[in-house]
Amino acid sequence: MISRLSVLLSLVVWLAAGAAGHAAAAPAPSPEVAAALTDLTGEDADKREAAVNVLGKTRDPRWIQFLSALRDGSVYARTRAGKTELVVGGSKATKGDQDIIDIAGAYDREPLGTVALSDLKELPADRRLRLAIKPFLDADETQAQLADPDPNVRRGAAVKLGNQAAAGTAPVVEAALKKESDRWVHHALAEALALIHLANFTGAERAQAARTLGGLHSESAVPALQRLAGDGSASADERAAASAAIRRIERWGLLTRTVETLFQGASLGSILLLMALGLAVVFGLMGVINMAHGELMALGAYATFVVQNWFRATWPAYFDSYFLVALPVSFLVAAAVGLVLERGVIRLLYGRPLETLLLTWGASLIIQQALRLWFGAANVDVSSPSWLSGGVPVMVGLTLPYNRVFIIGLAAVSVAAMYWLLFRTRAGLRIRAVTQNRAMSSCLGVRAGVVDATTFAFGAGLAGLAGCALTQIGNVGPSLGQNYIVDSFMVVVTGGVGKLAGTILASAGLGGLTKGIEPALGAVFGKVAILVGVILFLQRRPAGLFATRGRNAEA
Amino acid sequence: MPRREIVALAIAAFVVAVVLPICNTLPAGSPLAVSNFTLNLFGKFLTYAILALGLDLLWGYAGVLSLGHGVFFGLGAYAMGMHLMLEIGSKSVYQSSLPDFMVWNQVKTLPLFWWPFHSGAFTVLAIMLVPALFGFAFGYLAFRSRIRGVYFSIITQALALSAWLVFNRNEMNLGGTNGLADFKTIFGFPLNQPRTQRALYVVTALALIGAYLLCRWITLTRAGKVLVAIRDSETRVLFSGYSPAAYKLFVFVVSAVLAGVAGALYAPQVGIITPAKIGVLPSIEMVVWVAAGGRGTLYGAVLGAFGVNWIQSWLTTSYPDFWLLFLGGLFMGAVLFFPDGIVGALGRLGTRVRRIVSRRTDPAVSTPSVSLGRPTP
Repeated sequence: MISRLSVLLSLVVWLAAGAAGHAAAAPAPSPEVAAALTDLTGEDADKREAAVNVLGKTRDPRWIQFLSALRDGSVYARTRAGKTELVVGGSKATKGDQDIIDIAGAYDREPLGTVALSDLKELPADRRLRLAIKPFLDADETQAQLADPDPNVRRGAAVKLGNQAAAGTAPVVEAALKKESDRWVHHALAEALALIHLANFTGAERAQAARTLGGLHSESAVPALQRLAGDGSASADERAAASAAIRRIERWGLLTRTVETLFQGASLGSILLLMALGLAVVFGLMGVINMAHGELMALGAYATFVVQNWFRATWPAYFDSYFLVALPVSFLVAAAVGLVLERGVIRLLYGRPLETLLLTWGASLIIQQALRLWFGAANVDVSSPSWLSGGVPVMVGLTLPYNRVFIIGLAAVSVAAMYWLLFRTRAGLRIRAVTQNRAMSSCLGVRAGVVDATTFAFGAGLAGLAGCALTQIGNVGPSLGQNYIVDSFMVVVTGGVGKLAGTILASAGLGGLTKGIEPALGAVFGKVAILVGVILFLQRRPAGLFATRGRNAEA
Repeated sequence: MPRREIVALAIAAFVVAVVLPICNTLPAGSPLAVSNFTLNLFGKFLTYAILALGLDLLWGYAGVLSLGHGVFFGLGAYAMGMHLMLEIGSKSVYQSSLPDFMVWNQVKTLPLFWWPFHSGAFTVLAIMLVPALFGFAFGYLAFRSRIRGVYFSIITQALALSAWLVFNRNEMNLGGTNGLADFKTIFGFPLNQPRTQRALYVVTALALIGAYLLCRWITLTRAGKVLVAIRDSETRVLFSGYSPAAYKLFVFVVSAVLAGVAGALYAPQVGIITPAKIGVLPSIEMVVWVAAGGRGTLYGAVLGAFGVNWIQSWLTTSYPDFWLLFLGGLFMGAVLFFPDGIVGALGRLGTRVRRIVSRRTDPAVSTPSVSLGRPTP
């Protein structure tokens, strides 16, 4: 009985509270706001600006809407019964020789009927007034973004609020923080809240905010923390907390940078690997360095471009899946060109590696110029499918782009496919046989010419695949291949001939080393250092990491 | 040297070094007159020919294919260019004693390594010594560890790429992408006067003749025979008690010096040297001069440098789009159809003609004189 009564009672209380809330919205505005509204109709620019600030600081969405209308020039003053009141204008029309307009209440937007425009006086919104309004509208927009379904938008809004660190936004952030379920947005909100506290609180609470920021590894808090640490007016406790937080953040920054460098090294290494795989297998098999490898990559990239355009024109609804089609297409295009190249000219020069080198260089010039004549010298635009843009946040301060992750994955798959092909299929058996001893394999019935052709085509196809992947991280132009090709040659030379492991190790090593020393030396001198490193390395191991030993070594 | 070659060489030298400059002094209306432009163009080709000689000695005789000779060319050209820049003095656009590009780049004092290039004698020395030392250091490391064949070519290409990247940087104080240009005088003679250009041309022609004689002499010595042996079977030479590395290093340094001299003569005649002459593409273009002209015959390299560049200067002005297609085709054609170059093709043609002629008179048939040598299998 008692419980039933209490439920009833609470229901009544709740209803009353609700009614009171409604009732509070309707009555006349507070004297402060009323004064501000009167000021707005006046001529004094200072007073009008102050009035905007008063209205904005209410943080009442309806007043914010009113300010937005004021900025757009659709707020009017009308005098009725000796009293001036503000209204918001709606759609205009012409009736007879009179312009008429729908008007609504300034705050509640209750329709107030249609009146003649000549009865109203427009409230001008000059530049100064518009500038005064803008921050309130922006803040409102940011708050709306905090409720956006897209976590990235919410996260962006949180970061923005944190950077502004305005005292008034603290309750909003707190409310959002309680509701937030996404881990990264939650982190961003907590960071924003602590930043707001740090900027607006003093004493123990500020010290606590500093400690929180340290715990959150907030990179963007470092300037504010440094100011606090050097602030003579702050207490010793606060300053100590700030310094400790800075140290903590810096340690964390070192860690993220290390991880990032490792990732970038892996990314570059996998690009090099994708390119060098095809080169290395062909080099091991035929002793031929294919100088046109870079142009085969460019062909793959342009094939991707063509597939993309085709999808855009034919099936715009399935645009995102164009890349899945482009991958095999670019492989096939490059493989076909590679096959023509091998059967057409390279096989004529068997056993003359230097001549082949020049020949393939000539072919590369022709392909490059043909691409330039066909597609134009300017870079073409290949847009990423939506599932490759953006990134996966792995730790605070570090987001790994999907396209780079994808390339690492593609390189891993290619290596696995290569291993499977070489060591689990009959074709691979033949390739290995010809690589080891061409004459003997021929005697035993392996058709070396066919093996050469298929291997070369396969290597070329891998180049096309690499080109397709490169469209996602770089510019696509006729000279695309030139940018990476010398590096991938270095991988082949460092890795040595005939062993896949050498190629993998060398590309990982060169990729990691390049990214590792780039911050210290810069891109150019980093590259020079790598070259010197490779030459010195070859002093110890002239035939690369995994040299062929014994009878086959001296060909 | 056989008598026929001496006669041919003397005639060619006379035409290039004496007749052409004299024709240049004739008035413009004369039927034999050679314009200043043409003479200047020929002077540029002659510098290329000097470089091609060194490259041919290296590739055609020792079988070492360098794809980075643009670097040595650039070292010589920049050494000369630095001296010429300093010779401008304060007559430059900014009237500063520093080269103009340093004024743009806010460099206040002349960098230390520029100082010695005030001296003309030092510059002439540096033109030969800098490429020589650089070539020695690089070649020593490469040949000592028996980097050869395709490996060596790839490494030299990486060298060309790195050098190009480095010379492009402004902080090297070598003019960045714009290189060194706007030279006014050379050793006191104004460069814009036809007389100076003519003199430069004659010097270049004499340098080419000297380079040819040097290379020819090297091929005639025992060392030249060892070089050919290294090309044909390096392992056998090694097992015969020779050190292929030392021979290769020697010829590499010689060709680097020749490239440096060529660059030094190039800079004042063309009036500009930029990193674009150093990179991967120019370096490998130099190889095609030799390939198209004919490897292993020094005069083939000279003819190739002339011919290819002549075609280039015609194509790049008339059909700029087709130059790279032609160059690519030339690479492929030279390797596939004329492995011994123009010289070899002409030689074969000549043999055939002689065979037809001699069939009537004498049954003895001569064999082709050009031998390419079997590449190492």
